[in-house]
Amino acid sequence: MKDEIIIAGFGGQGVLSMGKILAYAALENDQEVTWMPSYGPEQRGGTANVTVILSDEPISSPVLSEYDTAVILNQQSLDKFESRVKPGGVLIYDPYDIHHAPTRTDIDVVAVPAMEATIAMGQAKAYNMILLGALLAKRPDVPVEAVVRGLKKALPERHHHLIPVNEQAIRKGMELVG
Amino acid sequence: MKAEVKLMKGNEAIARAAIRYGADGYFGYPITPQSEVLETLEAEMPWETTGMVVLQAESEVASINMVYGGAAAGKAVMTSSSSPGVSLMQEGISYLAASELPALIVNVMRGGPGLGTIQPSQADYFQATKGGGHGDYHIIVLAPSTVQEMADFVALGFDLAFKYRTPAMIMADGVVGQMMEKVVLPEQRPRRTNEQIARECPWALTGKPDSRKPNIITSLELDSAIMEKNNERFQETYRRIQENEVRYEERFTDDAEYLIVAFGSVARICLKAIEDARKKGIKVGLIRPITLWPFPYKEIARVAEHTKGILCVELNAGQMVEDVRLAVGDKVPVRHFGRMGGIVPAPQEVLDALEHDFHINSL
Repeated sequence: MKDEIIIAGFGGQGVLSMGKILAYAALENDQEVTWMPSYGPEQRGGTANVTVILSDEPISSPVLSEYDTAVILNQQSLDKFESRVKPGGVLIYDPYDIHHAPTRTDIDVVAVPAMEATIAMGQAKAYNMILLGALLAKRPDVPVEAVVRGLKKALPERHHHLIPVNEQAIRKGMELVG
Repeated sequence: MKAEVKLMKGNEAIARAAIRYGADGYFGYPITPQSEVLETLEAEMPWETTGMVVLQAESEVASINMVYGGAAAGKAVMTSSSSPGVSLMQEGISYLAASELPALIVNVMRGGPGLGTIQPSQADYFQATKGGGHGDYHIIVLAPSTVQEMADFVALGFDLAFKYRTPAMIMADGVVGQMMEKVVLPEQRPRRTNEQIARECPWALTGKPDSRKPNIITSLELDSAIMEKNNERFQETYRRIQENEVRYEERFTDDAEYLIVAFGSVARICLKAIEDARKKGIKVGLIRPITLWPFPYKEIARVAEHTKGILCVELNAGQMVEDVRLAVGDKVPVRHFGRMGGIVPAPQEVLDALEHDFHINSL
């Protein structure tokens, strides 16, 4: 198993933490993993992205030209990364505020109305976890149980009371993909 | 006992490995992309556990001079910074080298020159390997390519620094500093006691007993005859280091028709390019210098013998390529591919450069 994933959106949408939770889940699942963020001022606005590679084998480059899976949270990132999904790959995106939908037909394009679901749940901070759930439904690289254990490691202890809400959001995301 | 595997950034690994090594002190000033070294040390508060001093100095110049003071007392002390900050430290590094003091300096490089960018770079190769400060000196330069090596090279750097009484540098880039991957930290070692330091470092300023003459640590020597003798001793140390401490990694070189030479995170990007090249039937191998000084000249020359061309890939305009050319002379064509100013090439760009420079028509 090897999944080369890009997660991209605005700074503040939880892009880096979504990747981090996935990375900790892989650690819990005894897989090899690299987590390479864009770093610097984009954390405070502008576009942010993170490359997460999960594999059963040692990982060479943490920096990639193309990806098996893309999780896209805004138009700029869609414009940048749609062409860089490998043929046969998966592109998950939230259609909220997307004006030019993906046009590729050689990849599996999955629209996940995560913003709508977030509003319905009344949990603004659950947004990235809904998309993580969608990712796990399309790419079962790690079991949900490992993700929940990963959450415990990725989140500081003072936020551990939020784990049930996060888990609920992950399951919601999985349902949305069906 | 099964070692505990953790997930962390390269910068964090350096901080945690320094505590585990039993380092006596860290002095530094924050700068992206390595601020997590200082942040992690301050969060871990090792002064309450091992007794390690952690101090945010007022500047990089102050940091390196605090390192000089700690090192003169025989303590295992370190600093970390990024390119512009390391430039500010060069005078102090030259003084450390001239005073034959062990110290560990970490440079997590960013794009320059000047204040530059905060994104990854390897443009400080010349500065680190050819003596960034004034005078005839070298420091040992280690180039990690994984988070595990970021942790491991703390102990290696300190051990080599004390073995040869010379500063050692971990020269990383923003990719290895900022990425997270799995790491196993070493066991906690106790800090050395003052008695141990007095025994193991008879040159150190540990308080003069009646039984010995005063130790004097200085880089100043106004008598040129003595200063030349000092220089000869430094050069002898550098010869011993060159003979004994060259480290490198070799991959897929047995049947290689082409060779890539790259260090740090770039070596991993090249490894992916090599995997892709081999799928297309192009036989490419990799040499990754782990010590940038001393440089693996002989080892590159040996592998180069049966190759048609060498591509040196760096995040700069072409610096290590000069050492690769020194290694192979005119025997094998050597080309350089680099990105600058904080841009990191994707594996496909490396493969394109290789095919283009050596006119390889892939199958």
